[in-house]
Amino acid sequence: MSEVQTVDNMISITIDGTEFKAKEGEFILNAARANDVFIPAICYLTRCSPTLACRICLVEADGKQVYACNAKVKEGMAITVDTPNILEERRAIMEVYDVNHPLQCGVCDKSGECELQNYTLELGVDSQSYMIPDGKRETTDWSSVLHYDSGLCIVCERCTTVCKDMIGDAAITTVKRGGAELDKGYKETMPKDAYSMWNKLQKSIIAPSNGTNFTNCSDCGECIAVCPVGALASVDFVYTSNAWDLKRVPAVAAHSSDGAQIYYEVKPTSIEDRTEKIYRITNEWSYVSLDGSARFAYDFQNTTATKDEEAFKNAINAFKKADTIRFNSMITNEEAFMLQTLKEKMGIKLYNPEVKAFQTFLHHYEAASGNSLWTTDTDAIMKKSDFVISIGAALRNDSPAMKYAFNNVQKLNKGAGFYFHPVGDTLIPTFGKNVQVFNHKVGLEEAALYLVLDLFADKDKLSSEVKDYIESFKNTETKTIKEKKIVTVREMVLNEESGEEEEVSKKVTEMVDKEISVTSNGLVSLLGGDASKFDDVFAKMMKKKEHFSMMLGEDLYYHDKAENIAKLVALVEATCNIDVVMTPPKSNALGVALLCELDDAQSGYTIGYNENGDFRLSALGTGDIDIPAMNQQEGTLTSIAKRVLPTNAAVEYNGYELNDFMKELVDAPALTIDWTVMLPTDKGFKSLEFDTLPNSFSNDGKDNRGYRLETCHVEAQLPEVAECDQSAVLEGEIAYRCNPARQFNDFTDKSHEIFETFSLYASVEKAESLGDKVEVVFENGSITLDVVADAKILGDIVKVPDFKSAQGVYDLFAGSRYQTVTLRKV
Amino acid sequence: MSLEQFKNRNVGIHTYKTLDVGTPPNTGMEKFTQVVTRAVKGELFVGLWVVMREMINTLVKGDVHTVKYPFEKMPISPRYRAIHDMLRLLESGNYRCIGCGLCEKICISNCISMDTRYDEEQRKEVSEYTINFGRCIFCGYCAEVCPELAIVHGPRYENASEQRAGYSLFEDMLTPIDKLNLQQEYDGFGAVSPNADENITQTPLAY
Repeated sequence: MSEVQTVDNMISITIDGTEFKAKEGEFILNAARANDVFIPAICYLTRCSPTLACRICLVEADGKQVYACNAKVKEGMAITVDTPNILEERRAIMEVYDVNHPLQCGVCDKSGECELQNYTLELGVDSQSYMIPDGKRETTDWSSVLHYDSGLCIVCERCTTVCKDMIGDAAITTVKRGGAELDKGYKETMPKDAYSMWNKLQKSIIAPSNGTNFTNCSDCGECIAVCPVGALASVDFVYTSNAWDLKRVPAVAAHSSDGAQIYYEVKPTSIEDRTEKIYRITNEWSYVSLDGSARFAYDFQNTTATKDEEAFKNAINAFKKADTIRFNSMITNEEAFMLQTLKEKMGIKLYNPEVKAFQTFLHHYEAASGNSLWTTDTDAIMKKSDFVISIGAALRNDSPAMKYAFNNVQKLNKGAGFYFHPVGDTLIPTFGKNVQVFNHKVGLEEAALYLVLDLFADKDKLSSEVKDYIESFKNTETKTIKEKKIVTVREMVLNEESGEEEEVSKKVTEMVDKEISVTSNGLVSLLGGDASKFDDVFAKMMKKKEHFSMMLGEDLYYHDKAENIAKLVALVEATCNIDVVMTPPKSNALGVALLCELDDAQSGYTIGYNENGDFRLSALGTGDIDIPAMNQQEGTLTSIAKRVLPTNAAVEYNGYELNDFMKELVDAPALTIDWTVMLPTDKGFKSLEFDTLPNSFSNDGKDNRGYRLETCHVEAQLPEVAECDQSAVLEGEIAYRCNPARQFNDFTDKSHEIFETFSLYASVEKAESLGDKVEVVFENGSITLDVVADAKILGDIVKVPDFKSAQGVYDLFAGSRYQTVTLRKV
Repeated sequence: MSLEQFKNRNVGIHTYKTLDVGTPPNTGMEKFTQVVTRAVKGELFVGLWVVMREMINTLVKGDVHTVKYPFEKMPISPRYRAIHDMLRLLESGNYRCIGCGLCEKICISNCISMDTRYDEEQRKEVSEYTINFGRCIFCGYCAEVCPELAIVHGPRYENASEQRAGYSLFEDMLTPIDKLNLQQEYDGFGAVSPNADENITQTPLAY
């Protein structure tokens, strides 16, 4: 990605006599894969830690047998993939995997895409030499979406590994199975690795790690994606289709701003109904991980659309008299650019409360730092960072890609991390031992950035005002502490044998008062941390850390002091060795922010594009005229990785689309995708035809989809930053605008495999005190919501979701993400 | 190698064998003689005698050489490929189809279509199954690929209908449960070979 492969960090190795280049410190398996050399491996997942469950990646490196998944390449290393001994081991391992594996390949959901089948054939297993009695293995549903057939499971632990190392939920684990004991005779007769692998396999099975029968996780379904056999499937997909019947439509996940690569898998609905239906979502799981909205929110298409000419005429009239178009970030770059064209040619205002604050923040950031966009992306963080700082993002809810990167850095890069957020979370601290969580008061995000400056900045670069301001938080006090001291005491003891008194020296511990001077960091205590222990904790966190990055979330864009925060971020970048990534709030917020000039407010006759308005264009099928949903249209989306990604139409659409209105209103080309080449190059877009955009990954995980936005950097002065404004701190009952983990918008809500409700989410204690239903009273209105207890929330702040646009939650929060509210029981 | 054989472009002629058919008549007299010899040979009466003989045999002796179609039908070869049958398991009476979808996949005229679902007994159930006989070319691939000998070609060959498309549902083709004892094992395409047992290596089982 952004990592430049320089000649110095590449070394050369030989695999089966051919010389290849590899990155230093890379695992042999990854080096081989990057060079298109095949080494069999079942349990290893790129981007996760090696589990050593399957052991078939055995290779010979410099004459020694090693596992390719956890042995690192060295300069000049000679690797042999197959030796007679290794082939014997591998065949024995595959025979063991086949022992008692149910012969139900005919009905299995994997339908031939099975790695167990593939490797059994690859290694030519045509007879079986081992046997063991089998026990009954149950089929269970772990959650409303996860279906586990333990009979088919080969306990490769890919699901548990991805859940722990990538997703961070660690919701499933291996437990004791109580299978039959292996015949002792096998120990002598079997190849060694096959025996120990079998021994482990026979003892374990996968189960939810909370000890119950049900997982308490974010239901992302990544475990389903990585399962090499048919053991894991989504509850809805089980036994409904063979893989070969499904047509794969490459696309981009529509809801979060991750821009995750997905395939919509479609086939006709049933024998009677031949219209195509999306059966499931799959992904290139070696290179991308999806969240729950990307994997399960797929059936949000507008099915009822027709070409209603009457409605079309009304729509054209509405556009002609419109003063404002209100829209959100669920829109392609092409359509956003069409709206901007309408603004330019017809003077219609564009109002987008989801993106406006983000766009303003980006402008402030650009002015202060000279960077047109942020400097890193989540993939690069995973590949290289070992210290991540998250400020102002509800990691679990806002940006799955950032959550995964934060967690992955802790697990794989032996990393450390700071998490600054007002809402307490039980999951984040479990990501790693070196995660320090600051649950600060609402409005203290500036203080968090000052703390970052204090800890990481090159002090010589900082202006004296900033230095003095930071120093003003430090208070040195003298403390009296008790210290252990060993004192030697001499005393006379009567020696009983000789009857004489002798002098004996004894060592005695005494507590002695001692005065020391302690410097405590006021910023730490201001942010709710323990200042007395912080120095030690931080010293431990900083051990062997080299690459630092910072993730910024939506809270900052909606902050009263957003401009000062943007300057502080620029200052952090200029003075510390820290890369920055920002999460665009939802879907294509970045594309909209780059393409549209947004206005501050709506006025007059308003057209709502998937939003409220006097005339409503709706992809939900509920408006005055239909428009296509994201899975029914072609176009490009701009992601958190600053890439412009092509997405394709998965299901049929029979109505009008925005381009049809454009043809009528102003001059427009024939197809929506004809706008792709016209996207403005001064905003970083490239003038490339839609059909020329690539859509794939390289074998080494390099993302080649679409293209990366051109970013520019101009030298900028160090920004003048203001002091942390503590008067903005909110006290009292606080509501936080935040969606449950898989909900982002009306479209996720429409999808039948998303079950999170439009309710008030609160910690268990808070929910108990609130009762079943509350009215949340804001300054400019109120909303009545059911109360849902979320065991992963800590503290008193309640979360009010915004995913139903009709509820007008953005207006209630009035340009802010936190509001003081009154909660009334109903 | 000689290229001679490739240079003769009268492909085929040199392998023909000419029959001795004599010389054709040339003059008017020769033609007249040929007509007379052929006419007065009495072959007409040979034919009339055969008809007479069969009539007597049929009416008097009751010895018939034809069948009274459609009341009677000739037995048909097991390898004949007509309208499909769906077989049941003889022991339990459950249908054999497991819903694997191979017949749907292999069908070269795309006339098989099926819906499956996860049923209450945690098994794959075929919820709907059709064959469009307007498109079916009776190639036999479905029967050959079926791992359970569930779909086979039956003997029903009368396909005349008023319209081209004709769909058969699963139940139409399934052996009626009360006629399970009459279900014939299939010998045609895809049937187990007579020496199947010899070709199987047994998997060791611990129980």
